Amino acid sequence: MNPVLSVRGLEKRFGAVVAADGLSLDIPAGQKISLIGANGAGKTTFVNMVTGYLRPDGGSILLDGADIGRRSPRSVARLGISRSFQIPQLFVELTAAENLTVAISGVSARMSLKQRAEAQGRGEKAVDLLGRFGLANVADRPVSELAGGVRKLIDIAMALVRRPKLLLLDEPTSGVSAEEKFATMDRVIHAVAPDAATIVFVEHDMEIVSRYADRVVAFYQGRILADGVPSHVLKDHEVRRYVTGGVR
Amino acid sequence: MKKDLHPLVMIALVAAATLFGRALPTWTLSLATVAASNALIALGIVVLARTGNVSFGQGLFFAAGGYGVALIANAWGLTDAVTQVVIGAACGGLLGLVIGPLIARYSGIFFGMLTLALSMVFYGALVKSTMLGGSDGFNVGRPTLFGMSFTDPREADFMLYAVSVIVTGFAGIGATILFRSEFGLASLAVRENNLRAEYLGISANRVISINFLIAAIFAGASGAFALMAQRHIDPQFAYWTTSGEFVFIAVLAGNQSVAAVFVASMALELVRSFSNLYLPNTWQLVLGVFLLGVILFLPRGIGSLWISKRHGRSTSKAALAIEEGAAQ
Repeated sequence: MNPVLSVRGLEKRFGAVVAADGLSLDIPAGQKISLIGANGAGKTTFVNMVTGYLRPDGGSILLDGADIGRRSPRSVARLGISRSFQIPQLFVELTAAENLTVAISGVSARMSLKQRAEAQGRGEKAVDLLGRFGLANVADRPVSELAGGVRKLIDIAMALVRRPKLLLLDEPTSGVSAEEKFATMDRVIHAVAPDAATIVFVEHDMEIVSRYADRVVAFYQGRILADGVPSHVLKDHEVRRYVTGGVR
Repeated sequence: MKKDLHPLVMIALVAAATLFGRALPTWTLSLATVAASNALIALGIVVLARTGNVSFGQGLFFAAGGYGVALIANAWGLTDAVTQVVIGAACGGLLGLVIGPLIARYSGIFFGMLTLALSMVFYGALVKSTMLGGSDGFNVGRPTLFGMSFTDPREADFMLYAVSVIVTGFAGIGATILFRSEFGLASLAVRENNLRAEYLGISANRVISINFLIAAIFAGASGAFALMAQRHIDPQFAYWTTSGEFVFIAVLAGNQSVAAVFVASMALELVRSFSNLYLPNTWQLVLGVFLLGVILFLPRGIGSLWISKRHGRSTSKAALAIEEGAAQ
């Protein structure tokens, strides 16, 4: 099967810090892949390069065979890669439904001068999408009034609007309490399933990783330390030593 | 939930405001004409401010509109008021079309300073241009309307009042539709977090350029009104204090309501006129105290008196947050 995303020899340095050291990775369609690694291992840098926020110093990023390594975040989004953020990036003075409406209007190159709620049923679509995440009741509330966990879900819902080929989630359960993390992740996986076949999520919580990922890629100092199914990778001696902290 | 006014109701209000001019004393008529004209350019600043950018150099487009109309009027004898407004709007718009995309990539104070610098370059060029009358400028003839001349000063004032109120009123209706639209929502999104907007596939530069173009068109049309009212134009149209006055009105109004721009512009003209009348040596002080009072008690502008308050100002810094994420 041809990979959705293919990364070859990706390099990125910030001064003396090596954030990506010849990374090569294929992501086939339909997988749920978790990126793990200690702080500074290069996970978010990888996400930032794939989504066009950072330009790689070297190497290539191919989406369905087309090089996207020099494209802007807008262009990458239009080609089919969406992302959510570790710290939710929302329009906090707007309501939850308005945030989704902005995301929906971004899908079309032309923005309507019709009233927001009336424009091609986009208001209804926004509320429907919020409903899928169990957030229909907060549709008319300003984001500034909402809790961190709810903001996280809205952030993910916004990334989902384009029905992306590849959805990148940066720590979807960070800031969510231990009691709620599985419920939150269940909700995300359930809501995302109809629109995003391929998901890559950065995660620090190994319980989440082992429960939801089909495949795990462990990062260490800008390199891939291990890549495989969770049961193998999480038992890997190097991974336990440098990533999960299971070996001293 | 508060129901928005239907555009037909707004058109009726514009018609009523126009007819109300018949009942106004002559001195108020001139005042209202100036207020409507200033409101038009301030409305453009408010439109632009909804993307998070403030232009300190709208005098550039104001002067471009005024000079464009004055040159065409003198060269071809075009005196029709409506045609002059269209020409003024076109001159401002053409300039905005060129400048907007060039400065849309800048934001905050850099954006403001660039607009100011461009207007002062234009001012300098006008002062040095002997062909355009240098610092003295030049005069134009009395405007007409659809072939009718107005020799009676009261009728001439009313004609100018009516045209300015109708044009500004329709610009206000257009701006209201814009504010309520998807495009208006995208403008707010760009103001709050332009990087996130880009990640959603929205071109922040395009949104800012379009809003900039609208502001330039309004400023050009306003320049045409100022020219018709004074029948004289000089480089002062492009001077920074002229631009500052329009920003003053926009600050008074806030960016939540179109009607607030008209109220703020009229309030400013009234305060200025009465303080000038009763305190001729200290009227600027009164104006300053008035602005301070509004900023102190209505920090979101006069419009916040009747627009429900949105909660919390945006403090998100998209790029910073992403960098923080990268450090994790």
